[in-house]
Amino acid sequence: MNTAARWRLGLVVGLIVLLEIASRAAWIDPISFIPPSRMVVSAVQLLLSGQYTTDILQTLGSALLAVALAVVAGFIGGVLLFRLPRVRRVLDPLLLSYYAVPVFVLYPILIVVLGLNRWPLVGIGFLFAVVAMAVNTLNGLERVPRVLLRTARVCRLNTFDEIRLITLPSSLPFVFTGIKLTVVYAFIAVVAGEFVLSGSGFGYQIAFAYNNFDNPTMYGLMVLMLLFVSSLNALLRTAEARLYRRIRREAV
Amino acid sequence: MSTIVVAHTVRPRHTRRWLDGVVLIVVLAVLWQVLSEMLGPDAITTPWRTLERAVHIVSDPDFPASLYVTAFAFGSAFLISAIGGVCLGMLLGARKLAGDVMEPLMMGFYSIPKVTLYPVVLLAFGLGLWAKIVFGVMHGIVPITIFTMNAVRNMPPIYTRAARTYRLSPFAFARHVLLPACVPEVVAGLRIGFSLTLLGTLIGEMFASQSGIGHMLMIAMNRSETSTIMALALMLFVFATLVNLLLLAWQRHLTHST
Repeated sequence: MNTAARWRLGLVVGLIVLLEIASRAAWIDPISFIPPSRMVVSAVQLLLSGQYTTDILQTLGSALLAVALAVVAGFIGGVLLFRLPRVRRVLDPLLLSYYAVPVFVLYPILIVVLGLNRWPLVGIGFLFAVVAMAVNTLNGLERVPRVLLRTARVCRLNTFDEIRLITLPSSLPFVFTGIKLTVVYAFIAVVAGEFVLSGSGFGYQIAFAYNNFDNPTMYGLMVLMLLFVSSLNALLRTAEARLYRRIRREAV
Repeated sequence: MSTIVVAHTVRPRHTRRWLDGVVLIVVLAVLWQVLSEMLGPDAITTPWRTLERAVHIVSDPDFPASLYVTAFAFGSAFLISAIGGVCLGMLLGARKLAGDVMEPLMMGFYSIPKVTLYPVVLLAFGLGLWAKIVFGVMHGIVPITIFTMNAVRNMPPIYTRAARTYRLSPFAFARHVLLPACVPEVVAGLRIGFSLTLLGTLIGEMFASQSGIGHMLMIAMNRSETSTIMALALMLFVFATLVNLLLLAWQRHLTHST
């Protein structure tokens, strides 16, 4: 463990201990902010009681479906944009300003179109994530060495084989960055959608606990959510760093 | 003769860019029209009706008050994010260890669904203006900080050495060396931070608020008034896109001039 990691750990632990003391000593209102130790206890109890298992699985399912759809559609979209430069030039301003627009505002429209069920959540997760995937795929395809594409043409590979054997392996790290962002964005959008308006799911249960002044449950659910998302991110980041290292080694 | 022909076939670049923009808008409008024909005007309002509805909403006597509430919350949140993010980014960029310690923490914070933390913000700051502002800052400050930090880290080291030779105070160093050297990246960060701050403020208003654009959206959502939702969404999209294009043009101008 290097110095920075040690400092980071110390900082996080110090902050949690400070919160614990502040809450126990009632420096901050102990009703609205319960001590971290009790949050963890509540999180474990929630997990063991199995009361929220369906909601957790529902959220995970919706997010996974959105991720799968966004990865497939984004990849195809990226390849198409790469192949059709004219279309790309027209769409460029849209791609550049897509994340500058609060796409989340479309969620109400999706509810009206698809009804109040899981599909608007999948839809908003998909919309949030798909452009990141397409842009990163495009970015990766642009970095495929020209000479490999020419070799593909010399060997008379058909389009499918060219993507499978040449394009995908050499643009893999960038495509993976796209997948990582897709997972993050889809999860954010699905939970935000559940939080604002839905009938079930993780985000809904947090909002429900808040509305019922059930703070231990609310904080317990938050701790579960934070732990899950940060471990998922850590895994994805490690895998990503490894891929980029491999590419750099091959380049040398 | 040949020069005239050439002048006719190769149009100047900016005309082509304008044409592309027009093509994009027309294609989007046609797609929208087709979608609303397919799903029925109750599910998706036609572009023309949406425009009419937007005009109707804007001319409503209650609208300026809502707009003012949202604009004030968003403006303060963005101002705090911008100033705080740039200062924090310069600090973390100039101190290597601090930057290394904080960067993964900030990336982690950036990628969690922050909406789930909104109840904590509400409990801490109460239902009202401050909760919205704090929530907007929570969304917007991280990208601005990260962009500024990376810009400071990638700055040519000779600048730092020159500043040391002149014995600049830390404040003068930030003011006269760091800030001018990093302006293009700072603008890029502001561009991303802008949209996220807007999103944070709007979600804050949608979940718990008595006024503002987000509240109007929520009411329309509960009443299933598609035309109102679409009109508000259209206005927000146009506003965000315009600001984004302006910031983008500024960013390009800065990168070209340096």
